[in-house]
Amino acid sequence: MFSRIPISAIIGLTITSLFLLTAAFAPWLAPYGLAETVGGVWEPMSSQFWLGTDNLGRDLLSRMIYGARTTIFIALLATAISFLVGSILGLTAAVIGGWLDALLSRFVDLLMSIPTLIFALVVLSVLPANLLTLILVMGILDATRVYRLARAVAVDINVMEYVEAARLRGEGRVWIVFREILPNALTPLIAELGLRFIFQVLFLSALSFLGLGIQPPDADWGGMVKENKDGIIFGIPAALIPAAAISILAISVNLVADWILNRTTDLKGGRSGQ
Amino acid sequence: MSYILTLLAKRLAISALLLLAVSALIFAGTEILPGDVAQSVLGQSATPEALANLRRDMGLDEPALSRYFGWLGGIVQGDLGTALTNGTDIADAIGKRLYNTVFLASTAAVVAVPLAISLGLLAVLYKNRWPDKLISGTTLAFISLPEFFIGYLLIYFVAVQLGWFPSVATVYDSMTFAERLNAVALPAATLTLVVLAHMMRMTRAAILNVMQSAYIETAELKGLSAFRIVAKHALPNAIAPIVNVVMLNLAYLVVGVVVVEVIFVYPGMGQYLVDHVSKRDVPVVQACGLIFATFYIGLNMIADIISIVANPRIRHPR
Repeated sequence: MFSRIPISAIIGLTITSLFLLTAAFAPWLAPYGLAETVGGVWEPMSSQFWLGTDNLGRDLLSRMIYGARTTIFIALLATAISFLVGSILGLTAAVIGGWLDALLSRFVDLLMSIPTLIFALVVLSVLPANLLTLILVMGILDATRVYRLARAVAVDINVMEYVEAARLRGEGRVWIVFREILPNALTPLIAELGLRFIFQVLFLSALSFLGLGIQPPDADWGGMVKENKDGIIFGIPAALIPAAAISILAISVNLVADWILNRTTDLKGGRSGQ
Repeated sequence: MSYILTLLAKRLAISALLLLAVSALIFAGTEILPGDVAQSVLGQSATPEALANLRRDMGLDEPALSRYFGWLGGIVQGDLGTALTNGTDIADAIGKRLYNTVFLASTAAVVAVPLAISLGLLAVLYKNRWPDKLISGTTLAFISLPEFFIGYLLIYFVAVQLGWFPSVATVYDSMTFAERLNAVALPAATLTLVVLAHMMRMTRAAILNVMQSAYIETAELKGLSAFRIVAKHALPNAIAPIVNVVMLNLAYLVVGVVVVEVIFVYPGMGQYLVDHVSKRDVPVVQACGLIFATFYIGLNMIADIISIVANPRIRHPR
């Protein structure tokens, strides 16, 4: 089985796991503390500070490692929320149908007719600036996309014979959603998982870059770009390092997601030939 | 003909309704707090008297519904209210910034649209050969890059190392058109790179989709020349999907512009919006949010209208 994994997916898997391991073991890997001032401002790369120091003289490598933890952890939580909310509502809407389906679907249409970033800015202008709010806003706004996918998949499954059979033998709606439809809708949903995670990473980075995400002294990669951006015009590339890390993470997850997506369409005899 | 007009009228009516609902949602979005705007302006430590005063000044003691209609009524007449932080008229402040933003976005669009379509055509022409693989591979990588990575890379290499363009996009009234173009060169290039990848990939998919249809095969088997196949059979059917792709990506430009303006310190709507979100200046945020949403909905509507008009099946109903 493993011999059939394309080289791009192997690269993606390797880099993604490296990032995940870094995030998991951040405190043991980082040579210095998160908010510890260890040198001068924007020192160049050296054997002591592998990536140099940042705008306040903190070790950039250590902050990158802690930043990996913050970025990945929050993006994962937000993805989990968007999947939980989106798929449960989407499956329920498809099974129950009628006015509930119409109401939820039109509300999702409405939410999606405003660009996500713009609506997030509107909501964040009044909500308190803390981690919980941030994760909830990110998760709920993105749940709209999961909802659409889950509902579309579930509507197809809902008319299958085995669902009909379950209905006729008198199973309740909860059983039908969780035991009949969910297992069969899982494959396309999992393929979507990677893409939603990338979106959350980019979304969080954009919010933090605009100063509305993670608040200092904690750092995620987007916030670190913001902290170090003033150095760019003096030719100090410190801000490019966290920005590059975001890109590499996004590209490698994309490679993995692409492979899973192709595999699932293969299974269904779908569009992989094109 | 009247059938098309009915369809168009229906689409316009839906957009108008959607816009109304969006305005309600944006208004409601700033009302979801247990506290209110006065609380978030003054902070947690505000005295009850100060809160009550500010609430009265801002009209917050009225019910939400009547405030919503007051706000909406003002907007319809071009009155966007006043900013909390400095008491200036929002419509005045937005006017020039809106022009700047539209200028930046259109510059990016003028470059990105022809480029994306030609790259997409090129990829289809050399499908599965090296030009296609090169274009598709590069764009796949570009899709994952955040705006600020592209933006700061351009600043670092093109503006700082090479010194070709200014790193900060300052614009003022007395600038000539050429000077203005020079100032927005890098932000426009960033936006172009951000939307180019998506637009090109979707164009490629749209044209491939048309080229694989049965009627193209029929035309080939009839022995038509390649030019006739493309001009008479493929193009009319590809226009609608391509225009759709272009419009969807221009709508995405509306969002990309927010981050890009902050990167290049460009005096546009996005910068204005972000500044006032962190100052918790709700009236400004509401007004900007509504304007951005209007552009987004408008572009989506134009995409639909063009695909209605360009679709021969709708033009000649049976």
